[in-house]
Amino acid sequence: MLMLPLMILLQAASNAVALMGAGIGSGLAAIGAGIGIGLIGGNAMEAISRQPEAMSDIRSNMLISAALIEGVAFFAIVICLMILFQ
Amino acid sequence: MVKRRKKFSSVIVLAVLLLFVLTSAMVPKHFNNQAHKEENGVPDSPHKPFNPKEMILDHVMDSYEWHLFTYKDFHCSIPLPVILYSKDKGFLIFLSSKFNHGHRSYKGFKISPEGKYQGKIVEEMPDGTVVRPLDLSLTKVAVAFIFCAALMLWLFISISHAYTSRKNKAPHGLQNLMEPLILFVRDEIAKSSIGDKYERYVPYLLTLFFFIFINNLLGLIPIPPGGANVMGNIAIPMVMSLFTFALVLASSTKYYWIDIFNTPGVPWWLKFPIPLLPIIEFSSLFIKHIVLVIRLFANILAGHTVSLGFFALIFIFGESSILAGYGMSVISIAFTVFLSLLEILVALIQAYVFTLLSALYFGLALEEKHQ
Repeated sequence: MLMLPLMILLQAASNAVALMGAGIGSGLAAIGAGIGIGLIGGNAMEAISRQPEAMSDIRSNMLISAALIEGVAFFAIVICLMILFQ
Repeated sequence: MVKRRKKFSSVIVLAVLLLFVLTSAMVPKHFNNQAHKEENGVPDSPHKPFNPKEMILDHVMDSYEWHLFTYKDFHCSIPLPVILYSKDKGFLIFLSSKFNHGHRSYKGFKISPEGKYQGKIVEEMPDGTVVRPLDLSLTKVAVAFIFCAALMLWLFISISHAYTSRKNKAPHGLQNLMEPLILFVRDEIAKSSIGDKYERYVPYLLTLFFFIFINNLLGLIPIPPGGANVMGNIAIPMVMSLFTFALVLASSTKYYWIDIFNTPGVPWWLKFPIPLLPIIEFSSLFIKHIVLVIRLFANILAGHTVSLGFFALIFIFGESSILAGYGMSVISIAFTVFLSLLEILVALIQAYVFTLLSALYFGLALEEKHQ
């Protein structure tokens, strides 16, 4: 009885809810990428401060790991874009 | 022999240049406004509000013509050849100018305005159904990567000619420029990942690396034939990943398949009643290559989209007041310059990561018996 108007509203607003879900999803993906790459960068800084002569090795490894982790975040972005432009 | 090689590479350069000059010179450029007036009999609306989503999608997606610029109502674009094969009409080759930017239909073909095949050529059958013919057109992306391929051919043929004609001497010029990159791919990527049999895979890895890198760089230059979103189209990374997958399957040894389906050193109850680990390992075989596609595609597409978004900001602000548009343009251009520098780095990193992962997969596939 109480649920019926709610269900009708949800059905009518399903497109809007999908768009909101896409927005929230991409925000979460950005948070995930930010935390992951921030950790990599922080650890790289610490490693450079411990051993400054290995700086270029550490830098290239950091960039590679950052690119790989960004790939995972982009998975989520692609799904959100698919929802938006569907 | 030496003179013939040099002539071959200059013939390629000349052919590509001729192709572009003739295409743009022989075909008349387009006046969109006049055609509109002829068709509808209603004058064009004086000012359409700026739609950023439409602008971004136009620039990022593939199209049948190469749009150069629009000055007020004058659209200047280079029409590209459309090559179709339909079941009843056979082979058809014509220029996309016949479609008049999607407003006219030609011989039963038209560019579908919306729906499943939006933006693509569809054929209207006599009973009303709409079907998509076999479409082999030279679209914008196809022309862009053919140009890149011709550029790469010229580049590497002249470098190899330099190596044969200047044996045992210090490298000079173009050879000197590309040598660090080529040796980097051969030593750091191929030899360290694959091990003994690396030499067979070096040509493929070099092609992959330079194709991705040069296409990405060309996509950042706004002047045609650069400025096309090549790797941002999912078809091209998909094909490259399919090549890598085919090479992995072709060079896989017996021990590789044993490691997937009957992993040694793993408890039996993960394999026997429900083969949990074999399913995971088998699906990871496919997932690794799909992730390769998505990583490259999404990185390049996202870079172009953000760049276009900054430019769209100028026009969005310009809608409210023209001075706000001018002011915004300074900030937007500063951001876009910074973003383009980042994109150059991303172009190199994505090419490197794709090639490195391909080499790693080859190295894993060539496994020998464990000791």
